[in-house]
Amino acid sequence: MSLGQRVSTDRQLTRLLQIGVVLEEVVESRAAHHLETLSPEERDAVDEEVRALLVDAAEESADHRDRLEKLIADLEAETVPYEEINALVDAQYGPPEDTDGVLYDQLANEETAYKFYDDLIGAIEASDSEFAVDRERLLETLRTLREEEREGAEEVTEIMERRA
Amino acid sequence: MNTADQYLKAIYLAQRIEEGPASTGTLADLLEVSPASVNEMIGKLEEKGLVEHEKYKGATLTDEGLERAHDALQTYCIIERFLTNVLEVEEFRDEARALESVIDDTVADRLDTIIDRPGECPDCFDPEHDHCERLESPGTGTGTGTQCD
Repeated sequence: MSLGQRVSTDRQLTRLLQIGVVLEEVVESRAAHHLETLSPEERDAVDEEVRALLVDAAEESADHRDRLEKLIADLEAETVPYEEINALVDAQYGPPEDTDGVLYDQLANEETAYKFYDDLIGAIEASDSEFAVDRERLLETLRTLREEEREGAEEVTEIMERRA
Repeated sequence: MNTADQYLKAIYLAQRIEEGPASTGTLADLLEVSPASVNEMIGKLEEKGLVEHEKYKGATLTDEGLERAHDALQTYCIIERFLTNVLEVEEFRDEARALESVIDDTVADRLDTIIDRPGECPDCFDPEHDHCERLESPGTGTGTGTQCD
């Protein structure tokens, strides 16, 4: 058991980055599912702003995944293919009831990813360990991802406030 | 999962193993820390009303402590099941222990959306073997790595 919140081995770091990839894949897949599972009438009722948000979220997650995968490749490990995660999302997916539900889910996605990157950055900073990947590049990438998740959460919150 | 929650989870498991109050020695073994560290943390948890401690007997969770321990164990079960079923990690117990301090419960909840977890979780957690008794994996010696249920 590790009682200190720190990352001390390449294996631990690799697993956490792999988890980051899966979280991004879940966001991407759920954003796509939200639109796909709505009936034609409900889909028409989703306004352009929310539709654009979901498309942007899926694109941003794909980009985040790509950046994490480059780090994981430097650690000589692999990631779970998107198709596998998409199938798992599909098997367990319960669609939100309406547009507000879609927005809440999207907000939860962004906040969860933010929290994950924030904890991971803290755990790397708390460690003196040398990793097989350059430490500064690793932290810089994760800080960028964290910032983009923060902006994403703000964007969803603004849309929710406008709709309230 | 923060340190206090890791202790509460360990007390819950030790109570199940010992069928009574959790002794300092068992907790020190489970948490891989010194008995002095255990006693210090038990004191803090007692002050917060999460644990009752009886000298020479051990620690017992209060209702509030039990609820938090239950949540912490559930988070741990999600991590183990995720490592086994999604990342197909054979040494999932060691890795789950190494990761639990960095994985927050909100993150675990998201991972939970893609795994198939029994409804009675975490009651089906086997404290002796340190994994869910319904988790099938080469690492548990109970199956082929396919998803449980």
